[in-house]
Amino acid sequence: MNAIAPITTTLKDWESDQEVRWCPGCGDYAILKAVQRTLPEIGANPANTVFVSGIGCSSRFPYYMASYGFHTIHGRAPAFATGIKLSNPELDVWLVTGDGDGMSIGGNHTFHLIRRNLNCQIMLFNNEIYGLTKGQYSPTSRVGTNSPTSPMGSVDRPASPCAFALGAGGRFIARGFDVSKHLPDVLKAAHAHQGAAFVEIFQNCIVYNKDRFEDFAAPKGAEDRQLWLKNGEPMLFGSDKTGGTKGIALDAEQLTLKVVDVVDGDWQAAGVLVHDVTNRSVAHMLVEMPFGPFPMALGVIYDDPRPTYEVELLGQDAKAREGKSTDLSKLLAKGQTWTVEH
Amino acid sequence: MATQLAEPEARTSNAPEAVVVRFAGDSGDGMQLTGGQFTLSTALSGNDLATFPDFPAEIRAPQGTLFGVSAFQINFGSTEIDTAGDAPDVLVAMNPAALKTNVQALKPGGLIIADTGEFTKRNLEKAKYDANPIEDGSLAKWKVLAFDISALTLESVKPFGLGNKEALRCKNMWTLGLALWMFDRDRAPLVEWLNNKFKKNPVLAEANIAALNAGHAYGETAELGGQLHQTHLDPVPSPAGLYRTVTGAESVALGLVVGAQLAELPMFFGGYPITPASSILHYLAGMKEYGVTTFQAEDEIAAIASAIGASYAGHLGVTSSSGPGIALKGEAMGLAVMTELPLVIVNSQRGGPSTGLPTKTEQSDLYQAVYGRNGDTPLPVIAARSPSDAFECAIEACRIAVQYMTPVMLLTDGYIANAAEPWQVPDVSAYKPFPVRFLQEPNGPDGTLLPYARDEKGARPWIKPGTPGLMHRIGGIEKNPGTGNLDYSPAAHQAMTDARKGKVDGVAKGIPAQEVTLGSDKGKLAVVGWGSTYGPIHQAVRRARAKGLDVSHIHVRHIWPLPENLGDLLRGYDKIIVPEMNTGQFKTVLRDQFLVDARPLNKTSGQPFTIAEIEAAIEGALA
Repeated sequence: MNAIAPITTTLKDWESDQEVRWCPGCGDYAILKAVQRTLPEIGANPANTVFVSGIGCSSRFPYYMASYGFHTIHGRAPAFATGIKLSNPELDVWLVTGDGDGMSIGGNHTFHLIRRNLNCQIMLFNNEIYGLTKGQYSPTSRVGTNSPTSPMGSVDRPASPCAFALGAGGRFIARGFDVSKHLPDVLKAAHAHQGAAFVEIFQNCIVYNKDRFEDFAAPKGAEDRQLWLKNGEPMLFGSDKTGGTKGIALDAEQLTLKVVDVVDGDWQAAGVLVHDVTNRSVAHMLVEMPFGPFPMALGVIYDDPRPTYEVELLGQDAKAREGKSTDLSKLLAKGQTWTVEH
Repeated sequence: MATQLAEPEARTSNAPEAVVVRFAGDSGDGMQLTGGQFTLSTALSGNDLATFPDFPAEIRAPQGTLFGVSAFQINFGSTEIDTAGDAPDVLVAMNPAALKTNVQALKPGGLIIADTGEFTKRNLEKAKYDANPIEDGSLAKWKVLAFDISALTLESVKPFGLGNKEALRCKNMWTLGLALWMFDRDRAPLVEWLNNKFKKNPVLAEANIAALNAGHAYGETAELGGQLHQTHLDPVPSPAGLYRTVTGAESVALGLVVGAQLAELPMFFGGYPITPASSILHYLAGMKEYGVTTFQAEDEIAAIASAIGASYAGHLGVTSSSGPGIALKGEAMGLAVMTELPLVIVNSQRGGPSTGLPTKTEQSDLYQAVYGRNGDTPLPVIAARSPSDAFECAIEACRIAVQYMTPVMLLTDGYIANAAEPWQVPDVSAYKPFPVRFLQEPNGPDGTLLPYARDEKGARPWIKPGTPGLMHRIGGIEKNPGTGNLDYSPAAHQAMTDARKGKVDGVAKGIPAQEVTLGSDKGKLAVVGWGSTYGPIHQAVRRARAKGLDVSHIHVRHIWPLPENLGDLLRGYDKIIVPEMNTGQFKTVLRDQFLVDARPLNKTSGQPFTIAEIEAAIEGALA
């Protein structure tokens, strides 16, 4: 991501000496390992890498990385990251946030960071619950979630992080889940993207929202319930073993997506869409695609870079400085002056 | 010393030391512009001056209404001027509403210049006048010079073929022309300014210049008729050197730029628009060539958070706001204290609570500055006493922030931010640099890194991300003294709380001892002030001392920690009065820190103290 020569590291080089303090079995462990596996593969340099987080279980992440790390305050990590990146654009900045931190108290900042297109990776760990505060429902909790603050079931409509990020003007939108073997590939794509790269990672909170994502994340039946998107390839899922190959096609009359059966592997005849990561209209449909009637859309949903915030802003600074004097005495004596003589 | 002087009818041969003029009109009449240009002309003529712009919070309040009145007061003279003056000698009233809201402040015998063209039935009604005050004798205790400025302006710009509305907009220049004549000023700089301002529309430039000249000519003609007299005030004897005028917002911006350069750091300024602090962001946005990056954040919290992020990455992070915005920044200030990163926070105070009085001045955020955060969260607080002093204070804030690795709050207020005064352009080379040294190598035993080891000031090392071999993690959770790793243990929290407090207390060792601004270092009465009350306190004490009263003026810049000698100094007086534009906040701090019987003198009207108010309190205390 930076114009710096890649360096060689191993997974061990990214493990800090701090004891990891998540609950045993927490999905965060798998994400931590996925990140620690990914960074050596992309040639990242620990001295040049900064993990910035807010508050919540996910936000303890920086303490466990042997890079630079800043555990900030609730919801505001995007604003700290903006100051860091604008002050040193050479740093490789990763944001770690959760559904409460990034979508509730910090929704504002997440929105503005994405809209400005600051060059960084945003990993939003979505476990659909407030874990660190002991199990209250969150902005992504499904309607009817029973929790200490919603004993009769929550009535709030849940937010969709990817739809939010795309709506904010996001140029890279991806999804994965904690134990998925594809997560490092998603993270690599996010890192390769120049600009704000938003990755929603479904994460299992084994204490307060156990197995919430089993309906699509469970290995058994995964083929039918997961649609792994690959650029330039047809949107296929399912297999003959599980009742036949299916695909996602466009219902042109309704302007929506639909599931179609693929007979004898002839997906073209079935009208299955070929994934184009630069197609914003289809991206909007994919992030809104309801799980149940449809599989869960995973992988890189949208990837179409445009100029980044720090390049444009600092470019203006550089332009303003071109050929200008930096003589402070001239600055102080600006405007209309007069001289008193004796 | 405007208020003790004769009225300004005195001719050149018998000129007063100082004169107070107030321009008042509708918010659309351009009174702030008129005042600003009159200020510049005053400065160029070599008079000392102080100004007080007083305008409504609404951008364009309905025309002719009482709440839509905008005023600009200037006190200028051939002697040292510290305040914008208590009571005006001259009031220029552009409409009935301006007359009504301002005339009571005018000195008895003072001069009213009124535009009769605006004293229509409708405007009189809007100003809630039953009868025309110009005609009904109710202004008898003042001199009234009423004539149709509107018609005279229209006549003067007729050759330029402007529409009626545009032509009437030149009224303020006509009025300025008259004022320039009254005080024997050169029109040339104004002509130059108008030509420059309307570069793209030369017709407007010419029309405005014509109006300016017409107003000036009217003065000469009127003098012939004996209605109006010209006053010349000699230049004030000032030290030789280069001068300019400066507002507090400008001087804060300049001081921050100089402070960052003395620290040899680029500056990052994160701000969010708020009255009256926005102008600091405006100025800095135009100073990019001096190593400044400005960022208009999405809110106050993001503004300070981005500044802390910048400090973490090795810039001098700065943020600025006013009371309500400072309240929002509180949690992030706690993080800066906890992570021990340098940061400068400027608070241009305004009337509160809540939205309060956005465009009026107050000093009511002192508790917020000193105490307003969760936990034991000490940070140094500095208060500027005038627009030019804000320059020095901004540099001092930068120095403390980087030398002690701490956020520092700089308090100004709406009055200081907007008011202008002449300023001797400082010699930058006279300021001692305080260059920052980032940690480059491990600082612990056996090559270990101790991000929270402390130097003799109690400051931890500043480590920039990007430095090879010094990777570490920081955050808002309590940490181990030394390694900075998470540590909630009782011993760690005790040690770190003590260390944070000790470090900030220790700032007192590096600041000058408190001096007595005026008077002796013991006696019957000390008037102790901070911030923008400097001018009225100083003049009131000067007057009282001239009458033989035993009173001294002490003005405190370092609000937290307080200068080490201040307690002993205060104990040397029988009585202490603390004038403040709040309900007694600094008084409480002084009582708490030194167990002295500090008595409050409070004003919370959104207006600065008058000299007379403080003088009366001094006389009362010594009676």
